[in-house]
Amino acid sequence: MIEIESLTKQYGATTVVDGVSMSIESGSLTVIVGTSGSGKSTLLRMINKLIEPTSGRVSIDGRDTATTPAYLLRRKIGYVIQGHGLFPHRTVAENIGTVPKLLGWERARVRARVDELLKIFQLDPQEYAGKFPYQLSGGQQQRVGVARALAAEPALLLMDEPFGALDPIIRAKAQDDLLEIQRRFGTTVVLVTHDMDEAFRLGSRVAVMDRGRVLQYDRPTLLLTHPSDPFVSRLTGTADRALRLLSLISAGEAAVPGGAAEATAAEGPTVQADTSLRDVLCDLLWRGAASAVVVNADGTPAGRLTVGGILAHGRPD
Amino acid sequence: MSSPSAVNSSVARRFEIDPLSAALGLVAIASLVFLPFIVVKTSRIASGVSRQLIDALPFGAALAVGTVLAVLAAFTAFTASVRLRLCAALAGLVLCALTVARAADALTPVGNRIVRISPGFGFWVLLIAFGLIATNALTRFRLAPSRRVLVLALAVALLYAAFAGGVFDALSIMREYAVNADRFAREARQHVLLVLASLAPAVIVGVPIGILCHRVPRVRGAILQTLNLIQTIPSIALFGILMVPLAAIAAAYPLAAELGVHGIGAAPAVIALFLYALLPVVANTSVGLGRVSPSTVEAARGMGMTNRQVLWQVEFALALPVILTGIRIVLVQNIGLVTIAALIGGGGFGTFVFQGIGQTAIDLVLLGAIPTVALAFSCAVVLDALVDTMMRTPP
Repeated sequence: MIEIESLTKQYGATTVVDGVSMSIESGSLTVIVGTSGSGKSTLLRMINKLIEPTSGRVSIDGRDTATTPAYLLRRKIGYVIQGHGLFPHRTVAENIGTVPKLLGWERARVRARVDELLKIFQLDPQEYAGKFPYQLSGGQQQRVGVARALAAEPALLLMDEPFGALDPIIRAKAQDDLLEIQRRFGTTVVLVTHDMDEAFRLGSRVAVMDRGRVLQYDRPTLLLTHPSDPFVSRLTGTADRALRLLSLISAGEAAVPGGAAEATAAEGPTVQADTSLRDVLCDLLWRGAASAVVVNADGTPAGRLTVGGILAHGRPD
Repeated sequence: MSSPSAVNSSVARRFEIDPLSAALGLVAIASLVFLPFIVVKTSRIASGVSRQLIDALPFGAALAVGTVLAVLAAFTAFTASVRLRLCAALAGLVLCALTVARAADALTPVGNRIVRISPGFGFWVLLIAFGLIATNALTRFRLAPSRRVLVLALAVALLYAAFAGGVFDALSIMREYAVNADRFAREARQHVLLVLASLAPAVIVGVPIGILCHRVPRVRGAILQTLNLIQTIPSIALFGILMVPLAAIAAAYPLAAELGVHGIGAAPAVIALFLYALLPVVANTSVGLGRVSPSTVEAARGMGMTNRQVLWQVEFALALPVILTGIRIVLVQNIGLVTIAALIGGGGFGTFVFQGIGQTAIDLVLLGAIPTVALAFSCAVVLDALVDTMMRTPP
């Protein structure tokens, strides 16, 4: 649990972050989204004290961060920046082992952890441990950057535009990996981005910032259906908000019980329960079908979906 | 599958001649024909009589050697193979050296220790031409740093063996060496000491100043301009400037005088060289640190490195090749500049140079100058290799 209380940062007469208060649940993936200059990066960097706040306070699990020396605090918090920031003079293994080494882990333990992380990020330790960052592709560098941030098993991971330098296909993969890792380790993630799609795709909670203030801090669906400020609706976009809303709801959540056991081709395609309604709708439109059968990951029936049923979810209630 | 154009270009390369080598090869041939190979003097300070190669050795031998050298020079000029060009140039170097040694032997009457035989202008031109062709060919191989040091060590060992074996003993420079052997060793040690005594403090003081320049941009301009200004003061003038305060210190504090601080001698020389050395060290440290990517530093801080850890483990480690390049500049520059120290009684190889100038004994000048050049060249090769080894990442 991170408690941010009236946090303010001023540079001379300019207020970059203006009295922000918010609390971030443990194990959540919170996205701070805003245009450039909105103060989102500054807010993030005040959490690990890379920037000292002018006033206000941050406490993590009940402890005021002001009471811990900054470098000790940062060793417990993972940090990923845009363009990975890997050390060019150190190998992949040395990069990943940075924080464990700072914490004084034994060499064997560091090596075991490095190998484990490389495997999690689908990089063969034999092949990649001894390589230098410049020998990796952009996507691999980014994965090593995240692995390095997770090396000492931090409970909190801060990410500043972590996927900004990646091309769309690799970015989507990196986003999936992040969700997977966050589920697996239960890490609390705070991620800063200017990309609204990324915010909706990743965030369990999204904070919209403008000119140093948090305008709205809510579940993504509520940002769409109940924007608190004209700027929020401008940023989320009004043209395709219905489709955005559908993309936030899974087929499993929206499925109506019944009729699934005797699914036939005539009843339409079969879709997985974790598919978004937006994707199901697209599928139905493409096929010209009126309904779909929803099944769980283990193959058991979860219910059915009709076009009408899907469309009902695309309206603010 | 290779494209037709790639095949064409590789064929073209096989028939390509290296323009630099071609020019040098022609210069070598011209010097063989037109320039004196050897100078014979009846005594150390008498004016010499120049002799062409053909008059330096018995006619048959001279003709044979001259022909071989001309063929080697022509070959280095027009062969397209880098490997063969290197071999021919090295063969040319060795043959030149042996020929001049042999000619000196042949022209020295038995038992005569007064006559002086020195290499002529043509010999030096040949030596430089073949030397440049060889080094130019060597660089084409892009040898690994350790290999370059190995090649240097081989060359040094070979030369040492030749000198120790007395191959060149009849040459005038070696005659001067024979007379000055004791002093030579002493001045050599003094030369190296002066270089190190100015280099080490320059690194110890210069690196922190460079870090300061990087951290506090406001002072950067002032510091670098001051150091630039020092560089523009001629060394003799700097010695003069230092003479007065150092003499005063020596007079006021007997302890300082006992430690070797005097208005003349090694103290002003070391201080002047130290001051000259500061600019390259400070500038390269500051530039090297400035080239470290801000996101790397940000990541290091974000992961919980202390300021000191960020500085040494990340910034300094990444700037090290550039800083070492600065140290290399200082080292080579100081090896040359130390020669001047002899003017104010600082010692070093310069002693021979200035003594030789005073006595119009050019051989004595060379006895000081050649080792200085050789030392500077060797240090440059070793430090370049070190810098390249440090460059674990591409620039």
